[in-house]
Amino acid sequence: MKRLGNAPLGTFSLKTRTNRVLLLLFLAAVAACMLGPSLGNTMLSPLEVIRAMAGDGEGANEFIVMNSRMPRTLVSILVGAALGVSGALLQGVVRNPLAAPDIIGVTGGASVAAVAFLTYTSGSVSIGWLPGAAVTGALVVASLTYSLAWKKGVTPIRLVLIGIGIAAVMSALTTFMIVVSSKVTASSAYLWLTGSIYGASWEDIFAMLPVVLVLTPAALLLAGSLNAQQFGDDTASGLGVRIQVHRFILLFISVVLAGTAVAAAGAIGFVGLIAPHIARTLIGRTFGPVIAASAFVGGLLLFGADLAARTIFYPVDVPAGVFTAAVGAPFFLFLLYRNRNHF
Amino acid sequence: MGTLEAKELTFSYEDTPILDNLSVTVPEGKITVFIGGNGCGKSTLLRSMARILRPQQGTVLLDGAGISQLKTKEVAKKMSILPQGPSAPEGLTVEQLVRQGRYPHQGWLKQWSPQDEEMVQEALTATSMQDLGGQPVDALSGGQRQRAWIAMTLAQGSDTLLLDEPTTYLDMAHQVDVLDLLFELNETEGRTIVMVLHDMNMACRYAHHLVAMQDRDVYAEGRPEDIMTESLVQHVFQMNCHVAADPLFGTPMVIPHGKGRNANGTVSAVRAE
Repeated sequence: MKRLGNAPLGTFSLKTRTNRVLLLLFLAAVAACMLGPSLGNTMLSPLEVIRAMAGDGEGANEFIVMNSRMPRTLVSILVGAALGVSGALLQGVVRNPLAAPDIIGVTGGASVAAVAFLTYTSGSVSIGWLPGAAVTGALVVASLTYSLAWKKGVTPIRLVLIGIGIAAVMSALTTFMIVVSSKVTASSAYLWLTGSIYGASWEDIFAMLPVVLVLTPAALLLAGSLNAQQFGDDTASGLGVRIQVHRFILLFISVVLAGTAVAAAGAIGFVGLIAPHIARTLIGRTFGPVIAASAFVGGLLLFGADLAARTIFYPVDVPAGVFTAAVGAPFFLFLLYRNRNHF
Repeated sequence: MGTLEAKELTFSYEDTPILDNLSVTVPEGKITVFIGGNGCGKSTLLRSMARILRPQQGTVLLDGAGISQLKTKEVAKKMSILPQGPSAPEGLTVEQLVRQGRYPHQGWLKQWSPQDEEMVQEALTATSMQDLGGQPVDALSGGQRQRAWIAMTLAQGSDTLLLDEPTTYLDMAHQVDVLDLLFELNETEGRTIVMVLHDMNMACRYAHHLVAMQDRDVYAEGRPEDIMTESLVQHVFQMNCHVAADPLFGTPMVIPHGKGRNANGTVSAVRAE
């Protein structure tokens, strides 16, 4: 699948650096899947993990692995991958390395919907509907941003400017609802807004898996178009890119990926911004490999953040979003500093 | 192959009309140059013919078919466009840039083929960029950078090449260098070339067919020797001038009137009446 979006580099072979890096990232992700369930307050050997998964382990181990560590590991990797791909696509579409899923209103929309859900339906509707509300919010607000930015087509700069305005409105709405809500609701809203994988379940995995497995290859099919779009709209359309159609599809993929990620894990920040940067540093600027690498890097980043979140301050389970922000915010400032000549 | 024709184009930005019922036919296998004053619509005409802009009325015909009905990749296989002041992502190498020219020939399931590679190498050779393939585009001189972009449009393998002010921002030596390259591409491969140029003298020297635009329409078109007159310059640029024959090429050369030093020792050169 990878090589489809990467046609100029030829078939998959380990002769190219790009493919070697992708293979290493893939192996690292597999290693994370195996390590995740064994690391924690009670250390388990890989053998014990496998026995627990096969239903053949000690009762306590089986519970820890199957109900806590395994879902958390898989959800963190899937959510991180979704955010990484979403960020890579968005940065490509708006041709700005500082773009993140937040700027087209995904996180803002999901947050307003989630906090409104917590504030106004507390108790009366099952909490199981929260992810659905968040995805809907993300889609509605992203569509609003897109339509407000439309004027005979959508240009990157209008999208970014409208996105910033919408994000401000959403953040005001969120704050307003938290202020007027009860203490209990406010604290659960805060937890959601920081982003946490604490309550990860197998349902989250089954919700995330098809989205990531379908939309990432779909995005790879448009990688060539993204490469051409980097030259600007005029050159790209001269090359035969259907700019507005491709831009819409890419934004749609980006929004759905980020929306489902946010629905599963809350408003986890900075992964969508940083993962594509690390991917580009490792692998260059060609979009096919960058999209694939962003998925792996995003997954590994959030896996690391969640692992730190649940082990370092044990028995306190710190929200993973705290760690992504602690690493991400300074990184964002560094990017601004490094790009200071471009603004 | 490679006929390009604009029929009754009307285009306006918001309420400002730019082109008004304009028709023009580009002669096949020749170099055509659009000239005109600032804001006369020559770039808009070129961009409409390149289907970067969509005119409110009229059609652009490429090999007899309306370009708005054709698949965008099919258009890109027949016609390449080099916009004004194109920009490449930081660090992109010349070869990576030229490879992008094969975009219209790529498909979801169509792999990079030996033919693609051959076209890229040919384009690099035709523009004398073969030794600079590994250089980042942003590290090149202005003239080399323009060559690299032209190489990208060549890799598209189209018969027709549209360029919007390809010599802007270049010093005179690089201007001649780029125009010579386009001239050679026309001479040796018979490519149809259409471009917007600001410099009338360069336009007269390189164009087989000159299209002078004025007032949202074509004012005159034809061989530079036939149409480039003092009266045309007066109408199109509102400028008085003297038209002489270029001492090297014999093509028309426009010498503007106006103020300036006079090395002949007389008080002043011929002033506008």
